[in-house]
Amino acid sequence: MAATPKEPVQFRGAGPLNAQISGVLTWVDQRFPLMSLWREHLAEYYAPKNFNFWYFFGSLALLVLVIQIVTGIFLVMHYKPSAAEAFASVEYIMRDVPGGWFIRYMHSTGASAFFVVVYLHMFRGLMYGSYRQPRELIWIFGMLIYLCLMAEAFFGYLLPWGQMSFWGAQVIVNLFDALPLIGPDLSTWIRGDFVISDATLNRFFAFHVIALPLVLLGLVAAHIMALHEVGSNNPDGVEIKEKKDAQGRPLDGIPFHPYYTVKDIVGVVVFLFLFFTVVFFAPEMGGYFLEYNNFIPADPLKTPAHIAPVWYFTPYYSILRAITEDFMLVLAIGVAAYVVLIWLTVRDARIKMAAAAIGLVVIVLMKGGPLAIEAKVWGVVMMGAATLIFFLLPWLDRSPVKSIRYKGTLSRTALTIFVINFIVLGYYGVQVVTPVGTVISQIGTLLYFAFFLLMPWYSAMDKTKPVPERVTM
Amino acid sequence: MTAMNTLKRIFAVLLLAPALALAAGGDVKLDRAPINPDDQASLQRGARHFVNYCLNCHSANFMRYNRLRDIGLTDQQILDNLVFTGAKVGDLMKISMDPKESKEWFGAAPPELSLIARSRSSHAGSGADWLYTYLRGYYRDAERPTGWNNTVYPNVGMPHVLWELQGEQVLSERKVQGAGFEKSEPVLKLDKPGTLTPVEYDQFVADLVNYLVFMSEPARARRETIGMFVLVALGLMFVLAYALKKEYWKDVH
Repeated sequence: MAATPKEPVQFRGAGPLNAQISGVLTWVDQRFPLMSLWREHLAEYYAPKNFNFWYFFGSLALLVLVIQIVTGIFLVMHYKPSAAEAFASVEYIMRDVPGGWFIRYMHSTGASAFFVVVYLHMFRGLMYGSYRQPRELIWIFGMLIYLCLMAEAFFGYLLPWGQMSFWGAQVIVNLFDALPLIGPDLSTWIRGDFVISDATLNRFFAFHVIALPLVLLGLVAAHIMALHEVGSNNPDGVEIKEKKDAQGRPLDGIPFHPYYTVKDIVGVVVFLFLFFTVVFFAPEMGGYFLEYNNFIPADPLKTPAHIAPVWYFTPYYSILRAITEDFMLVLAIGVAAYVVLIWLTVRDARIKMAAAAIGLVVIVLMKGGPLAIEAKVWGVVMMGAATLIFFLLPWLDRSPVKSIRYKGTLSRTALTIFVINFIVLGYYGVQVVTPVGTVISQIGTLLYFAFFLLMPWYSAMDKTKPVPERVTM
Repeated sequence: MTAMNTLKRIFAVLLLAPALALAAGGDVKLDRAPINPDDQASLQRGARHFVNYCLNCHSANFMRYNRLRDIGLTDQQILDNLVFTGAKVGDLMKISMDPKESKEWFGAAPPELSLIARSRSSHAGSGADWLYTYLRGYYRDAERPTGWNNTVYPNVGMPHVLWELQGEQVLSERKVQGAGFEKSEPVLKLDKPGTLTPVEYDQFVADLVNYLVFMSEPARARRETIGMFVLVALGLMFVLAYALKKEYWKDVH
């Protein structure tokens, strides 16, 4: 125990109790890294001074996480995770628990708000190249959070035990049924029964209230720790740590506290204004946040005419539905064309051979007569790939610049098409299947994957603009 | 920055997406229900119609009788006028009919009605519009076992419980000019009048629907009142937060 004693903490507030508060803080600080944590993550964490509108959504995501956890705790106090009682217990919360409707609407609106905020946060990352070296791990932790969030939302959606809860879970769990060999056993194992039932509800409840929130909290901590290790990116994509003053502080950096705490408070108030407008005046949000069919208790014998997932899953749902038997040929041709592209443009012989071999296997599995896997399975694979492909972004982007501000027409066009396409896919995901809708979803699926898979070429070919030395305000 | 502008436009489209989805509605044309959730007399009439005509086959398992205090009734008034079963005032609006038997009689057990006004909402109209059109859409149909059919809910299991009030309607078709083609539209005509005039019957149904909407979410009125205060408070907080931010940021250039 030869640790050097720490300096006493000097608290200098406006009130009369500075000496007492300093004493308490000193006592704590000598037993816990209070002041070093405070300095490292808030008072002396230097963030670029040119954050714009898009930089509100990280702290807002954290706020929504807190809202979900706190309201979730109160809901669990009254909710009954049993097939016989779940639906009635939710109505009990809505009618008999004092303030129950408020807690429940905050939680249901919070689920959608979480995805709104996270999608905008991810879009920010795409625009300003926040996933680029040295921030690859921040991006990977973030994507894991996103996947975790989708699982959390999926498990939570079964709990009210309405018609959409039941049949939505039925559709998604049945996707696993399509997998070759292990499919049927796997889906039975997930459900804990041959149909969605009380057993399924209980295990989904366990995942929703404890397993995934724990993972989520851990990932959020890792995301923020990785961010604070390398420092925040900014709309110019300039590394502020490269230009420091005599004290070693970034010239373009300002302490997170108080500058960004007071700025984020403004963002929080605006967000809460919109959030509570929904909670108090449109909690169903036209059937998109709370689906109308979910006000009917789950009935295993009555399949709803139209089963639509909640809006935040619909782009992926569109991709799933787009993969039909007659689309497999197009996909196989697409894979072949991609192999040819690699063969013609990559010099490394090993990469050429690997691409050809993998491409051949994929084409055979897609269109190889008796060896082909059915389109339904490919739908599941493509849907999974559509979520996982985000992980590769740091290595797909070959542009010499990070930010969209200095990228050229190709990258800007690609990102614009990607965003419009994502919305179009989302739109068709809530609609009933039509021939036109299927063709549009198929084109959308190709565009979706092209954005990622062609990025190494278009991002490298693109004419970029010179990046300034320092950030611009 | 043109790219920023394009991105802002995309963002606007993102916000409008739900409205675009709404534009693609269903095929049933629903009448707008002329209801007013602040009209307590209408809600009280609706509650009376509900217990008189609905609450024998249908239950409202999530609704307590004493929640009718929210529409201006006292416990004694509720017990004297609206409880016929010996239930206590704090009890749920349950019924004694066995769902198994009712399924045998009607082909399906009559649905629980606490949430019917919410669950019948669709992109074609609110649940109130659906109920209002549905309860006025019964017509004579000799081919149905009950003798009744419905324009909104074809081959419905429920017979026209309110026929004494409305009378008997018959269905005919009318040719209308569509966009470049002729289509037929169902038309209902009153064949035998009931004890109420058509205007009175529409009012009767509107009161009932008004009540059903109230029952689907009794906290709604309170929710909207509190909501106004919350938004005003947040508006004031915005002024303070913005001023605070301005003050701190004046030395950042």
